[in-house]
Parts: sequence; C-alpha cells; structure tokens
Amino acid sequence: MKLTLRIWRQSGPNAQGTLVDYVLDDVSPEMSFLEMLDVLNEKLILDGDIPVTFDHDCREGICGACGMVVNGAPHGPQTLTTTCQLHMRTFSDGDTIVIEPWRSAAFPVVKDLMVDRSAFDRIIQAGGYVSVTTGSAPEANTQLVPKPDADLAFENAECIGCGACVAACPNGSSMLFVSAKVSHLNVLPQGQPERESRVVGMVEQMDAEGFGGCTNTGECTNACPKGIPQASIARLNKEYLRASLTHRR
Amino acid sequence: MSDTFGYTVGTDLADKAAPDGPIETRWSRRKFEAKLVNPANRRKHRVIVVGTGLAGGSAGATLAEQGYHVIQFCFQDSPRRAHSIAAQGGINAAKNYRNDGDSVRRLFYDTIKGGDFRARESNVHRLAEASVQIIDQCVAQGVPFAREYSGLLDTRSFGGVQVQRTFYARGQTGQQLLLGAYQALSRQIDAGNVEMHARTEMLDLVVIDGRARGIVARDLVTGEVSTYMADAVVLATGGYGNVFYLSTNAKNSNASAIWRAHKRGAYLANPCYTQIHPTCIPRSGDYQSKLTLMSESLRNDGRIWVPKNPGDTRSPDVIPEDERDYYLERIYPAFGNLVPRDIASRAAKNVCDEGRGVGPGGLGVYLDFGDAIRRLGEASVREKYGNLFDMYQRITGENPYKVPMRIYPAIHYTMGGLWVDYDLQSTIPGMFVIGEANFSDHGANRLGASALMQGLADGYFVLPPMLGNYLASNKLAPVDASAPEAVAAHTESTERLAKLLAADGDRTPDSFHKELGELLWDNCGMARSDAGLRKALGRLTELREEFWSRVKVPGTGAELNQSLEKANRIADFIEFGELMCLDALHRAESCGGHFREESQTPDGEALRDDDNFAYAAAWEFTGVGSPPVLHKENLEFDEVHLAQRSYA
Repeated sequence: MKLTLRIWRQSGPNAQGTLVDYVLDDVSPEMSFLEMLDVLNEKLILDGDIPVTFDHDCREGICGACGMVVNGAPHGPQTLTTTCQLHMRTFSDGDTIVIEPWRSAAFPVVKDLMVDRSAFDRIIQAGGYVSVTTGSAPEANTQLVPKPDADLAFENAECIGCGACVAACPNGSSMLFVSAKVSHLNVLPQGQPERESRVVGMVEQMDAEGFGGCTNTGECTNACPKGIPQASIARLNKEYLRASLTHRR
Repeated sequence: MSDTFGYTVGTDLADKAAPDGPIETRWSRRKFEAKLVNPANRRKHRVIVVGTGLAGGSAGATLAEQGYHVIQFCFQDSPRRAHSIAAQGGINAAKNYRNDGDSVRRLFYDTIKGGDFRARESNVHRLAEASVQIIDQCVAQGVPFAREYSGLLDTRSFGGVQVQRTFYARGQTGQQLLLGAYQALSRQIDAGNVEMHARTEMLDLVVIDGRARGIVARDLVTGEVSTYMADAVVLATGGYGNVFYLSTNAKNSNASAIWRAHKRGAYLANPCYTQIHPTCIPRSGDYQSKLTLMSESLRNDGRIWVPKNPGDTRSPDVIPEDERDYYLERIYPAFGNLVPRDIASRAAKNVCDEGRGVGPGGLGVYLDFGDAIRRLGEASVREKYGNLFDMYQRITGENPYKVPMRIYPAIHYTMGGLWVDYDLQSTIPGMFVIGEANFSDHGANRLGASALMQGLADGYFVLPPMLGNYLASNKLAPVDASAPEAVAAHTESTERLAKLLAADGDRTPDSFHKELGELLWDNCGMARSDAGLRKALGRLTELREEFWSRVKVPGTGAELNQSLEKANRIADFIEFGELMCLDALHRAESCGGHFREESQTPDGEALRDDDNFAYAAAWEFTGVGSPPVLHKENLEFDEVHLAQRSYA
C-alpha cells in the first residue's frame, strides 16, 4: 500500500508544532500501526532526518504507553483497540492518515506524539489504593467476594491508564479514568475502609491537575480500548456525593 | 580445554549466606539471624531501587513502608507500565484450596524438577513458602482475582504440574498484580517516602571501596546525566530476552543495567538459560517488531496438532481427525498439552523441521479450541480466554472461535541473570538483584505462573529483611557525587553517549539489533551446537566493532532522543550476546531451555550431564573482548533426587 502520513512534529514542550507530510510506498496490510511508523523512522534516519518520537512499549495493548490520535480518533478507527494493536489492514492504498498527539491541557506535549501523563500518577497517589502494609494481610479466603462484585471490580481494573478518554473528551475530562479506579476498589470489601477518602482525594487531585468536568457526551467510553463503561462515571458521582454527605473523609 | 573456548576457570564460588539444617527451617532461621535496623534509624538510610515491575514495585513500596528513604527509577513514563504488566496466565501458590495434594513441598519439588535440577534448593523452598503469603497480600490490596460463585478464590492448571495451584485474573494477572504493587508504591510516593524518577534510565553503577553506593542515570526527557548516591542499590530491571530482537518482551526492556553492573564486578550467571515459550503468534514479515504471547493457560483447553503428512496444505477444517497428529498427547500422555514450556517448544520445532508445520513458511502449529467449544460452549470459552482470543484476532485478522489458532515458539523469559547469594546480594556488596534480573530460582527452565511469584516474593518478602541486615551489619562511610569513583562513572557514561552520536555511520541502530537477533536465534535459540555457537561468536566480535564505526544516531544527547536510547542498549546487547554464546558453548550438556544437539537421548529429549555440569556458571568480566573468568557454584541436591525429567 502507498500511504501519505500527516504527522504532528513538535521538537519540545514549548516549541511551535506543525503537521508534516511523509509518503510511504511499501506498507504491508499485516503490519501493525507502530511497525509502519518504525519503517518510516528507519527511512528518516537514513535520510538524515529526525525520527518521529512516540511512546510505546509492550505492543500488545496492555502497558498503556502508546496512544495517538489517528484520523481524529484516539487510538484510531477500530474500537476496543490500542494504537499498537491497530493493523494496517484497516486502511486502504492511497489513504492519507493524520496522526496527532493526545490533546489536553493536562497532558502537555513532550515531543512529537509523546505527551506527559504524570497527572494520572498523581491522581492515583491521591487515594487510588488500599492501605495495606506488606505482611499485615489476613488469609486470602477469610473474606468472601461475591463473583459479580469481583467481576465488576475486574472490568474496571482493566483500565490501562493510556489517556484516550481524556483525548476523546471535548472537555478534556479524566472522569472515566478516575471512575474506573474508584469503581474497582470501592465495590470490593477490601476497599471499604477508605471508600470516602479515596473518592474525595482523587476527585480533588483531578480538578487540581486541570482536567475538565464530565457532561456525559460518552466520547470517553467510545475511545476506551478496554471498554470501561460510562456507568462507572455515574458510580463515581454517586460515591462522591455519598462521601460528601457522610463527612467521613 | 578452557583456552580454546576463550575463557579461564577461576576459583569455585560458594553461597556463604545460605543456611544449613532442615530445609523447612532455613528461611525462618535466616530471618531470625538477620540484624535489624531500628525503625527510627531507617529513614536515615537511602536505598536506590531501579525498576518498577513486580519485583521493583513491591520492593520499593515495602522498603518505604518500613521507613527507608527510597529513590526509585523507571525508564517508562509511569511506574505502572513496567513489563510485568503483560504477564497473562497467573501466579502459583501452594494454598492447596483444591485439596488436590498440593503443599509447599510439592511446589518446591515441581519447581526444582521443572528447572531441570539447575536451581538452588534453599532458594526454591523459600519461594514456595512465600507463595502463600503473596496471595494474601495481593487480595488485601484489592487485586480482583477470579472467584467461584461461593465468593472463594478460583485456581487453574498450568504446565509442568498436576495440581491446580494457579491464581489468575482472566488473562491479565500480571496487570492486576502490578497495579497492586504500583498502587502500594503510589501510596508511599504520596507519603514522601519514595522519590520517584520516571523516564530516567540507569547508565552505570557507582562502586566505592568495593561497595555499591549509587548509580548514574539519564533523564530521558532533558538528556541530563546525573549521579544518585545511596547506602545500597537494588536492581529490579528484568530479563535480557530482547537480546534476540524478536521476543515477547516489551520493546524497551533491556539488559543495560545488569550488563553495566557486570562490567563493574558483579558476576553474571547462566546467561544461556533462556526460555522459549511454545504459544506465541507466528511472525508475519521482516518488519515484525515483537512477538505476542498467547498465554500458556490456553493449553488447558486447546489441543495442539499438525497434519500427519508433511506438505499437507489443506485448510484445517477439512483435515479429518485421523489425519491429525496431536503430537504432545501422543508423546507425553501423562501431561499431554501441559508439558513444560521447553519440551512443548522443542516438540513444535521438531514437527516443523519434519515439514509438517502450518501457515506461512511452515513455521506454526495449530492450537485448536474446537473440542473445548463443543464441550463447554463458546460462552464458557469466551469467559475464560476472551481477551486472548480478541488479541489474536486483532493481530492476525482470523477468528479463533472458528479457525484454529496458529502458534510458534518465541523467546519469552530469561532464567539467567546476575548471580546472587541466598540474601539476593550480588558479588558487589550492597547491590541486591531481584526478580527476573537475578538467576536464582528457576534453574534452566521456569514453570508457568512462577515469574510473578518470584518477582513478588523477592520484593515483598525476601529482599526487605536481607537489605536491613546489610545496612545493620556494615558501617558505611558518608559519600557524595563528588567521590572520584562517582565522577569517573559519570564521565564514562557521557563519553559513551558522545561516541555513539559521533559515529555518524550508515546503519540504523535497529538494523544492528535485527542482525544480532537473527544470529542468536539461529545459533543460540531452540537448538545449539558447538559449530553454530563458534560461528556466532566469530560474527559477534565483528558485529561489535562494526557497530561502533557504522551506527548512525541522529539528534543530540541534550534532548529526548529515542535513537540514542536504543543504540546505547544495543551496544550492551551485542556484548551480552557474546557472553551468552560462550556460556552456551561451555555447557556441553542439555538442560531445560538449553538444548545442545550433541547431548540428547535416543528419542530426542534433553540429556543432562550431572557429573560435569551440576553447577551454576558465574562469569566474571575482565574487559570487552577479553576472556571472562568462570566461577562454578556447585549445586547440591539433598531434598530432591537428581533424575532425568520425564513427563511421559
């Protein structure tokens, strides 16, 4: 396949960025999207250009490192799929593909397609855990967890922290990310003692990082490669309200 | 004999920290004998932890909880992205919830046998003991393990064992366990007990007066190279599987931290013990950048087969039952599709060598869920393996509910690593090595669902008391980054980066990495021979020299430069590959994942040579291109009788 790639190039956080066109002649439909960019980068190096910077690591859709806006959609056109799992058979010969970084005030561009998502780490640090010191845990089967609760917790714990939800949201909101962690831990018995402080701490940090508020457009769920449901945001709102009323913070 | 192989034999190495006495009591005795650091004094101690995977994340969190001041590093943008996240299948623990005859003793036995009698008994027993506590800890953290309708924890089978002791969270057990450790670490970062440096890569180890006292690291965003000092250094930097270029490892996983530490004096043990995983998606072209694992758990319900007749290119659905060869079930009736990984991988290679492989290039075998779907229903199969099936479909464009998966072996894990004693301390005092980065627990082959167990055992339970013992037993003089050794390490690191940038050759870093990978896969992969290894060693010397004169790294060192990061790691991989081939050449026996063609039974199974090779090979660095020194640590088997492995 012959493709035109229109890629956002920005040399640093404060530099002016611009879209640059590159033509690739020999793209195999079996390639992954990132392998296609590898091929471009090999070519750029040999041509004496600077290769395109992008985050990636596991390339099997679980580490959450990769992520770019492909033709206007975070992670590209295929649902439930990270950029690294997107394959070129999704595209056609002669296509022009526009590739941009996540766009959000809370995710400043580091270089080219790479952004700074450390705000997510700080939100987790503000309460996204169970305070259990190593060695103090009781025997694992002493506490029963109904299977539906365990499954619900798991479905939310699947979040890979890639940030596509923020990139997709017209408000730049991170509520799907926050709600996934709150849902994971707050539905489990192990998460009950810190149920209120967790949600309040995480929401306050989320606001401090400059993420926008949720207006239920649902774009986040649509873009989420792990299918975290919008219902989790409803749960987050409920948990936050509950915590505010109980004053147990 | 040693001169012709390019190494010399030094004095034997003994594990001085290992306690004796009944094996069940050794770990509790060692813990009791360990000196303690008063809680009030712990915060005065600075401890560097490099890596935030299961081992590093759990270690950093636990040390910080205990009161030490932890300075932690990862090259990823967040500690949550370490490659442990990609582990799929599960974690073993001797809980015996199934009442199926499991025990600490049996987990210990299975691991020693699975490792083909090349691991240390004391370490493995301790690992089996710790397994029980790991599950408790993770459940308390909120790790959403699979559960029965009763609300109790579910378990499943894994390769190489006959009990159901594997705890799991669908096909994402590594992710869930890592998030547990990451959240524990995050709590300590928030509390100010951990100083976290993400996007920062270790370049060198600082050794002062024979002790590890710090590291040199590069901020990958600004390019700034800095020196960090501490009272002890913990390496939790993972394995070296990416030396093969194509592997199931994450793209950025590398061997630089352990290799630089090796160059500073830490012995490296058994580098030739590499694990080739039988169930990966076959490669599709030259542009292939990595290989994707399909969890071993699939072998619980999937049946592996190839056509009986070579050259049968019919579509699998029209090949009748009696023209299929379910070769694992045929050759190993007792374990069937659940034989250990090394055995399953070699069997796949053998049938492909016979011309019976399937898919492009004949490098694949079928993993067929037809029977399981008929027996259990598609919904039940989806419940167990849904995410893996989806991943397979995304990568190959084929629907595994309808068409059998095609799989082929790929490099997955490395059992070798830095040599450590029972305390997990390397040959450099004050440097501890945990998780996949060390060599200690898996011998010549790791059993499925044991990597997660080892990483967390080391980080949560084994390292912290042993590190405390080191700090309490040694009076460490204050040091800072102006120490001559620290300045020298910093200078060497920056000069090396400058040299990479200055080469300005005509080949990309990746082109060297791919060539290295092919050379090693062909000669030091699933089957190794004297002639092949010698050929590889010859080419590696040339490749190393060619690299430094022909590599082309664009950009500068004072900025984010992914090509520079890559080139810096590949230079280490080439040197590492040389030692790996030399180790494989010297070990003229077959054991576990190390299969020497010259040493096999009449029916093609690995044939050990216990008289000559029942030792761990610990290599001492003497200079690039200079013959290393081999130190042997003899392995004693008092508890498990040395026997030829049999899974028939």
